[in-house]
Amino acid sequence: MSTNENPSKKPGQVETTGHVWDSNLQEYNNPLPRWWLWGFYATVVFALVYWVLYPAWPVGGSFTKGLNTITFMQDGEEVTTHWNTRSLFAREMQSGKQAVRQREMLEQVGAMDYETLLADVEAMSFVNAYAKGAFGTWCAACHQTGGGGVIGQYPNLRDDHWLWGGTAEQIEETLVLGRIGYMPGYRESLDGQQLEQVASYVLSLNGFAMNDVDVAAGGEIFNGYLGGCYQCHGVDAAGLASLGAPNLSNNIWGLVDVPGAANDEERVARVARFVHQGVQRHMPAFADRLSPAEIRVLSAYVHSLGGGQ
Amino acid sequence: MTGDSPVNERIMSQPMYEARVPIHPRSVAGRFRNLKSGILVLAYGVFFLLPWLRWERETGPSQAVLFDIPARQFYLFDLVVYPQDIFWLAGLLMIAALLLFFVTGIAGRVFCGYFCFQTLWTDVYMFLERRIQGERPARIRLSNQSWDTEKVLKLGATHLSWLLVAFATGLGFVLYWADAPTLVRDFFTGQAAGAAYITAGLLTLTTYTFAGLAREQVCTYMCPYARFQSVMFDRDTLIVSYDHARGEGAAGRGKPVRDLRTRDARQQIGVGDCIDCGYCVQVCPTGIDIRNGLQIECIHCALCIDACDAIMDKQGWPRGLIRYTSETALEGKKTRFLKLKTVGYGLATLVVGGLLVSSILTRPALDANVSQVRQPLFVQMGDGSTQNSYEIALNNKTQHSLDLEIRVAGLEGAVLDLGRVEDIILEPSQRTTVLARVRYTAPPESPSRLPLEFEIVDREGSMEPLRIGSQLSLRP
Repeated sequence: MSTNENPSKKPGQVETTGHVWDSNLQEYNNPLPRWWLWGFYATVVFALVYWVLYPAWPVGGSFTKGLNTITFMQDGEEVTTHWNTRSLFAREMQSGKQAVRQREMLEQVGAMDYETLLADVEAMSFVNAYAKGAFGTWCAACHQTGGGGVIGQYPNLRDDHWLWGGTAEQIEETLVLGRIGYMPGYRESLDGQQLEQVASYVLSLNGFAMNDVDVAAGGEIFNGYLGGCYQCHGVDAAGLASLGAPNLSNNIWGLVDVPGAANDEERVARVARFVHQGVQRHMPAFADRLSPAEIRVLSAYVHSLGGGQ
Repeated sequence: MTGDSPVNERIMSQPMYEARVPIHPRSVAGRFRNLKSGILVLAYGVFFLLPWLRWERETGPSQAVLFDIPARQFYLFDLVVYPQDIFWLAGLLMIAALLLFFVTGIAGRVFCGYFCFQTLWTDVYMFLERRIQGERPARIRLSNQSWDTEKVLKLGATHLSWLLVAFATGLGFVLYWADAPTLVRDFFTGQAAGAAYITAGLLTLTTYTFAGLAREQVCTYMCPYARFQSVMFDRDTLIVSYDHARGEGAAGRGKPVRDLRTRDARQQIGVGDCIDCGYCVQVCPTGIDIRNGLQIECIHCALCIDACDAIMDKQGWPRGLIRYTSETALEGKKTRFLKLKTVGYGLATLVVGGLLVSSILTRPALDANVSQVRQPLFVQMGDGSTQNSYEIALNNKTQHSLDLEIRVAGLEGAVLDLGRVEDIILEPSQRTTVLARVRYTAPPESPSRLPLEFEIVDREGSMEPLRIGSQLSLRP
């Protein structure tokens, strides 16, 4: 207001707190309105009611539980306990509106065949939303968030390179049964030079310009009795999904970090070392951990990530 | 400070709490009362009738104004507002704030006096009170009366009428959030949503408490707008003010008795025009005396102007002893309305208003957002190309279905892969997310990122093709 004195109150009519600032600035000591006091009493009443209804006071090692209860399902049985937020969360996840709706959608989408599911934009939208979470829970520990994998450890699910086949049905089979991938190490059967020759041959299949003599020798080993690599990887090194043997000619490297190598010498050394050691990898089976609907949704999700066939 | 200082003694002498002094405003007739009543009728008409207004739409509810929270859509006549349009709310709030500053800077607490819900509802409550209990003297008598049958009946009827208005207000508010006829039926048959009962109940309670019981205390103690409107004042702001110089003269005010009956006689002995009838104090809904000058309690309802004008008319003296004026004008100078502050607020209001309107008018029919998947950012494919993934979120904001086709543009040789999804048909208001992949064989020496665009077209050509910029990453 434009005046610094309240004209409705004459000086002396109202007390001040006695403090004076800046020579004339004083603070009125007006009494609080009575309704404000009622407001305070109302909060006291609220607190008393709350203490009776909800967990409130610590008593020794325990606490007052309150009269309010909550009912939810635990291990198939109905449990009634004193009201608490954990049980509330459990109940929300069981019978909350959104949770029920999500389960309905999951059942609906889980009952579709892949041909319908993969072509349905609305179903795929749900797959993306739902499976992202499920993937984070069950798959991302190895395959990483988003399915990018780790070279040398866990397969990349975003590219079009499939060890065990990339149709939705094959992906489902992998999820249901799990997989064990195995390549023997050539510790005794190939010496250092032979390992390098095989390595040169494999690299040449991926567009790297290698020494022709080494490539020829490596090809002999790969496709001959000495290495026998063709038995799994095929004569054209295109891989064999039934064995989980990868295609070695598409310049996609899941196990040997060829893209990270600085020069040909290092590339050869890395591939040779890998052939020498061999590898065994294991993907666990999820049949007993996930419902068929969840497996279907996850399979469709993985199929959609990169190059599903 | 020592314990026996006079200050401490004085603190002890004062009660900690003060009961409300009851205010029994007298009714008044006049042009400001008519203006206020007109605004009141209009506001009540809009508030209570708007939910019942039907509206024809291709799809969606037939209610003109409906805030559909579960479906996350607000229907305002032909406009449908989606959650993505939330920034319009920011624009609306900015306009409200700037307009308040602008109006307050020029004409003071216009909002408080004429438009505020508290003022409007209190007015209605006072009207009911007067119809049941009578005019001010009758109400004072009744409040001092012992609790006999008359008092119980009259006060009971008053509070009952207040509760009815409060309930009508609560129910009226709830009708904006669901189909009005259905909700009213469900409400009284016990089938409406819990939120409807809770909201209606809460509003009944607050309306009854604020307009019936708390009244001017809401403005004086609770309302923040009252406080910062006071800060917007300056010496040129229009205020409801008593002309102190005219009213008091040199010898103060005086009742029109004996030789003080004519204006000439009063002026000769220096007595001002105020006949000290107290009518301006009696009509004040906040119980202040406007003759004490500008006060924080004053909501600028202008009823004291009507009261004083009526008295001046009766005396045959010129009106305007209490009037809209400014501190500058009271000092005999000219009020200046065109100032940097007022012009600035006015311009700012217009600019924000213009931006909001143009934003509403130019909203695309299809809301589309492209977000590049960043984990992993890119992946190398078997044929040597690089693949990026995108999530394209689509929301059909039209009232008809859209048959969409997504293309990639702006990057020669980039191939779009939507998997097996071919038909993207969006019903009105439908949202969906399309998973898209783009493959591109980069020529050597390409930069690590390349711009590209997604073009979204309606196969039936009902909307302009929409182009959304994004990028393709080749390396980290």
